[in-house]
Amino acid sequence: MSKNFKEKFAFTILALITMCVIIPALFIFSYIIYNGIGTISLEFIFSAPRRGMTEGGIFPAIVGTMSLILGTIVFALPLGVGTAIYLVEYAKKNLLTKLISLAILNLAGVPSVVYGLFGLGLFVLLLGFGSSILSGALTLSCLILPIIIKSSEAAIKSVPNIYREASLALGATKWQTIYKVVLPTAMPGIITGAILGIGRAAGETAAILLTVAAFFLPRLPNSIMDQVMVLSYHLYIISSQVPGMPDAIKNGTALVLLGVVGIFFFVATVVRIRYKLANRE
Amino acid sequence: MGDTEKAIYSKTTISHRKDLTRSSRFGEFLIEKTIFSIGITAILILGLIFYYLVSTGLNVFATVSISEFFTTTGWFPVSSNAKYGTVPLVVGSLMVTMGAILISVPIGIGSAIYISEVAPAKARTVLKVIIEFLSAVPSVVLGFLGIVVLSNWVRITLSIPTGFTAFTGAILVSLMALPTIISISDDAIAAVPKDYRDASLALGATKWETIRYVLVPAASSGITAAVMLGVGRAIGETMAVLMVTGNAAQIPDTMFTSVRTMTATIAAEMGDTVRNDTHYFALFAIGSMLLFMTTVINTIADYVVTRGKKEGR
Repeated sequence: MSKNFKEKFAFTILALITMCVIIPALFIFSYIIYNGIGTISLEFIFSAPRRGMTEGGIFPAIVGTMSLILGTIVFALPLGVGTAIYLVEYAKKNLLTKLISLAILNLAGVPSVVYGLFGLGLFVLLLGFGSSILSGALTLSCLILPIIIKSSEAAIKSVPNIYREASLALGATKWQTIYKVVLPTAMPGIITGAILGIGRAAGETAAILLTVAAFFLPRLPNSIMDQVMVLSYHLYIISSQVPGMPDAIKNGTALVLLGVVGIFFFVATVVRIRYKLANRE
Repeated sequence: MGDTEKAIYSKTTISHRKDLTRSSRFGEFLIEKTIFSIGITAILILGLIFYYLVSTGLNVFATVSISEFFTTTGWFPVSSNAKYGTVPLVVGSLMVTMGAILISVPIGIGSAIYISEVAPAKARTVLKVIIEFLSAVPSVVLGFLGIVVLSNWVRITLSIPTGFTAFTGAILVSLMALPTIISISDDAIAAVPKDYRDASLALGATKWETIRYVLVPAASSGITAAVMLGVGRAIGETMAVLMVTGNAAQIPDTMFTSVRTMTATIAAEMGDTVRNDTHYFALFAIGSMLLFMTTVINTIADYVVTRGKKEGR
């Protein structure tokens, strides 16, 4: 076999292998969109489920997911970005800092159901928050904290030192330098990481299964101590726990959930690509 | 990198800044302490997760012997003669994980090579976005597709009585491990210095020979780490597995029967337990085992990457 033929053969095989990922991925997106789009209507999105969830819409689940996302942003974002600032700009480089970095790395790989277990034990039972938006948002915050810390850390680290030196040379204090120079420069990276983390929280099921999700609760929450329906959990129960659910409702719910996660993903991708282009100029 | 930043700031310690007013010096001090306590809070929370899970889980051994928990094969937590043998659950998790890894490692590494070295620049961007979006798909959505599409396909194609098998779970989990494996392997291949490529091509090697004999070996530590992180992702996957593996706590003979994984057991049974009874503690102990497994895998992966970077220099 000639070298060129061998190379062509190998590249063809690699292209076919890549198709083994791309085709299922495209199938997933198109199946959900194609089958779900017919169900989507104002009524489906803005009304409560009726008749044991076999009719009506999924508005309470959408509101539940949104309130969880909001709660998670409130807790996880300041804590995550603050920790990243601390780790990059303030922490001394010693064994403790190394251990902390290792712990954060490991926590990013802990299964989400383990976070759910932790949230159930600590927030729901021990601290007595019950099954509530508060417990769920706190659990999701713990889950995405390592993701936000890691991405913010990388973004802050990538700010060139010349920027800091210039700012300090002009007489700015350390905090002024961080606040006025380092953070604005790192902002696109921090935002991208935060959005991806929140998107992850929006689709998360195992962590909220035990801490907030209600099986069927067709009213809207009044306070953060209320239980709510959640889109991801709703999809889980209607597709595997309740027999005889109409396909239209299942497909529609799957599309709305994928859409919510897709919006976060889309925004994060746009921010990142624009930032890359801006940097190139 | 961290060192240099600290070195810059150390010359401008606040107490030396006589030009600042007293109040702005105090403000700076206050902010520094606030950032410090935020950092410490987050770290304490993360430490608390480890401590709380393990300390709660250990309580199970007050009523269940260590040998029963780790070596017996009966998991009947709700029967009157309750049994807490976790072997079938561990075997279930390992089967799904092994199946997923067997599928996703060759496909993942092959795709990573194609995307980073072979595909034209425009196609590369599109392929990367598709794969990243695949990683963003919630596992419950994959589980849903597993029920309505994949399990039927498995049942009919293999003509077996049920489509809810370890094999079905392995296919779904491989879809979740693939983006991890591809993106980390891709980074590792892209990080191989350009000199290596140039040297190999200058010696008359074809592009494929360069990939096979130079780039992949040079990126091997990164690729190994990618595979390990993929394993970690697969072991921890919960919803998709809960929805399609049939949830029978038995030791399976083949990939084509129902199994129950550790993660699915926690998710399915936790809602029915009473706080602080044996079953509750047993599920925390399983959670601690998962925590332990993923920690070991991630630490090794981190070590492999760090070592690879040092050798590369």
